Amino acid sequence: MKTQRTTVAIATAVVLALGASACGGSGDDGGKSGEKGGKAAANAALTEIANKSDKKGGTVSYELSDTADSFDPGNTYYGWVQNFSRLYGRTLTMFKPAAGKAGLEVVPDMAESLGKASPDAKTWTYTLKPGLKFEDGTPITSKDVKYAVERSNFAPEALSNGPTYFKAHLEGGDKYQGPYKDKSPEGIKSIETPNDRTIVFHLKDAFADFDYLATFSQTAPVPQKADKGAEYVKHIISSGPYKFESYEEGKGATLVRNPQWDPKSDPNRPALPDKIAIRFKINQVTVDNNLLNDSITTDAAGTGVAPQTQPKVLRDAKLKNQTDNPYASATSYIGLNLKVKPFDNVHCRKAVQWGIDKASVQEAQGGDPKGDVATTLLPPSVNGYAKFNLYETPGNKGDLAKAKDELKQCGQPNGFSTTLTARSDRPAEMSMATAVQASMKKLGINVEIKTFPTGKYFTNFAGVPDYVHSHNLGMIMTAWGPDWPTGFGFLDQIANGSAIKPSGGNNVQELDDPQINKALNEAIANTDAAARAKAWGEVDKMIAENASAVPLIYRKNLLLRPRSATNVTVDQAYLGTYNYLLMGSAK
Amino acid sequence: MAAYIIRRLFAAVLLLLVVSAVTFAIFFLVPRIAGQTVDQLATQYVGKDANPDTVAAVKKNLGFDQPVHLQYWHFVKALVVGADYNFGPDASHCDAPCFGYSFKSHIAVWPQLTSRIPITLSLAVGAAVIWLVSGVAIGVLSALKRGTFVDRFFMGVALAGVSLPIFFTGMLAMAVLTVQWPVWGDGINYVAFTDNPAEWAWNLLVPWCSLAFLYSALYARLTRAGMLETMSEDYIRTARAKGLKESAVVAKHGLRSALTPIVTIFGMDFGLLLGGAVITESVFSFKGIGEYAVAGIKDNDLPIVMGVTLVAAFFIVICNLLVDVVYAAIDPRVRYS
Repeated sequence: MKTQRTTVAIATAVVLALGASACGGSGDDGGKSGEKGGKAAANAALTEIANKSDKKGGTVSYELSDTADSFDPGNTYYGWVQNFSRLYGRTLTMFKPAAGKAGLEVVPDMAESLGKASPDAKTWTYTLKPGLKFEDGTPITSKDVKYAVERSNFAPEALSNGPTYFKAHLEGGDKYQGPYKDKSPEGIKSIETPNDRTIVFHLKDAFADFDYLATFSQTAPVPQKADKGAEYVKHIISSGPYKFESYEEGKGATLVRNPQWDPKSDPNRPALPDKIAIRFKINQVTVDNNLLNDSITTDAAGTGVAPQTQPKVLRDAKLKNQTDNPYASATSYIGLNLKVKPFDNVHCRKAVQWGIDKASVQEAQGGDPKGDVATTLLPPSVNGYAKFNLYETPGNKGDLAKAKDELKQCGQPNGFSTTLTARSDRPAEMSMATAVQASMKKLGINVEIKTFPTGKYFTNFAGVPDYVHSHNLGMIMTAWGPDWPTGFGFLDQIANGSAIKPSGGNNVQELDDPQINKALNEAIANTDAAARAKAWGEVDKMIAENASAVPLIYRKNLLLRPRSATNVTVDQAYLGTYNYLLMGSAK
Repeated sequence: MAAYIIRRLFAAVLLLLVVSAVTFAIFFLVPRIAGQTVDQLATQYVGKDANPDTVAAVKKNLGFDQPVHLQYWHFVKALVVGADYNFGPDASHCDAPCFGYSFKSHIAVWPQLTSRIPITLSLAVGAAVIWLVSGVAIGVLSALKRGTFVDRFFMGVALAGVSLPIFFTGMLAMAVLTVQWPVWGDGINYVAFTDNPAEWAWNLLVPWCSLAFLYSALYARLTRAGMLETMSEDYIRTARAKGLKESAVVAKHGLRSALTPIVTIFGMDFGLLLGGAVITESVFSFKGIGEYAVAGIKDNDLPIVMGVTLVAAFFIVICNLLVDVVYAAIDPRVRYS
């Protein structure tokens, strides 16, 4: 009898434990949500500021499943780090911290005004506001900005992560060896600092988007005497409202208020929390759990909850009210390589454009919460986006008749065989590739899928023209987000002939159309912002007519807003992450 | 004994050299055989903007333009005498044992390793104590109660423990204890022992138990098998016939003999764990050696991979040496010559 009772007790305990675990996915969690806050509805932070607050104090806690490429403002490329770095690094210009489209506007930060351009858009002058100081109280001068640009663009032996747009556009940028090798006091001659508050950039070509480049963290000042190269990340000198209290490589950091920051010189940073803590390499499911139980403020990477968490969040009405589903300012597309037969023939390319079932691709990559069907390369959240669809099909499911007609004109009436590449460690991309394969089969196009790891995808395989040609990689699955949210920032690296590289390139179609190149180069020289924006849409249409890029999905992320997060809004300038300058915490 | 230990330590150094050479060869030669060029290798350590100038600078600074054997020689030399590196305005000296600088972040590897050892050590020691005590106790109990409900129950649980991977039990425990019933409402975060011993233990409790669940199951089954075999030996019958108390028979004669294989496998397991409890650390997001290894492998970051491999190999060698020394205490037949 005793044994039986024990058995029953143990069995009951096991059943309860398993039941509890099974309930982990139920809506019970949501019972707590909305009690303390979370009054905002789903997507409340897309075009407005959700849980608006100007209350100072508390700690904003970030976690993410990866690490930063670097917190050194001169050694980072990640969009979320650019967003985050504004907390401790002020730049010449910045994106206006505001909700919706207003967040794409560039406004002065350390500079008194936007750049004063010469008529040919080759010379750009900025004047620093008076009284700016580093965290140690020393004045910030134009020389510190110049040094920051020099080290970030011209010292790849130590700081190799960041973009090199300044190097590409500055006069003599190809010759200057960088401040670590060239110890001459004047540095690069094409950046002048006639006095401590003025900095002048002399470019070798007209570049009307320069104010956007000036938003990069690379213009955050760095005092030369404090620079330790790659090790500077351990002791970053702040110019913003927060300074580093601690930093542990690969683990995280804590930031506290910088008393030397003067809010009067900085109307754009409300600086709500007293403290900011960030932890790296936290299991994504744990990050989601911590968002659900409100123990952190946000997922710093801003790429959305894990696939396991998504149904739990969407099925529960209260939790769903805590979600935002913004565009990630990136488009997933297939590059049809113009050097791989039969895609050298525009009709074969158009056959794919007409025949592809984009609705099935959307479903395969996670449905509506993960993205909308794309008809253009430029996503809607980029300056210059124009809505059009040259290959419109019913329900986005493809038009077999039109596709087969193109196949006939291409001289391949019965279809052909080709290879589609995808990144093996990206499950959504793999699913999309399988859906593409299925829809191509209906056309008689036999697609073999070849997969490669993300880390070597562009450096060793899909971004290496020699490899692509020799292995007949006709269709290359990829995705692209802009380095700055304009048509040029988006298209130049993926559609300009000058972006074709022997390795690591992103122009996977090897598109080198003189007219497209000319249109891009002419538009970027135009100082009329409205005319430039119009031009980007037209270039996008020219690329669609060329048919070498098949837009699939405007990517979206499903972000979760914890109840304690205040002043939350999506930042379109930084790939649809939340705006980290505005964010506060009720904790 | 001292001569034996010195001989073993000497052999360990040779073994570590072989391990490092093999790791180096796998890293550099295997991709080369598959057709990877040195430029492609260097491109991996450049950000999104892999222009030729940047790639060339990185290639030169990381020494990829030198023959592989020369690169290996520089690595070994740096381990012994240190090396100078140039990742900034001034050259910096990396003191011995210098594992070099991360290819990706250009941050020195050795300080990273040493800062992570306490985390892995905390995880491994606590879990080892739990699994050793519970595993051996359950194994002995099951052996003595062979065929009863207690035996069947514990062996059933042990089977589950062996079968369930840590990424399942760990994640389940996290979901239940941080979200469903938020006993650890702020999540499970590592706190250094020196900062707050109570918080240290509290936050390690779930990882310890998750890890120990797997191992104690294994040890319970091993102990049970060993005890069953030992307890049927003639000398046990003799001990009982001499009138010794049952507890003395079990502890002094039965368990002592059954422990020899347990100690052997414990040395291996503990050494392996010190080299990084890869999955447990990843599940609980602890920044230990194992998590560092995963980051190094993911980023193809050789200095990190080399550092972790050598530290792991060192721990395994040391633990095995300790096991061999402990043998003499457990089994009087063992002598060192």
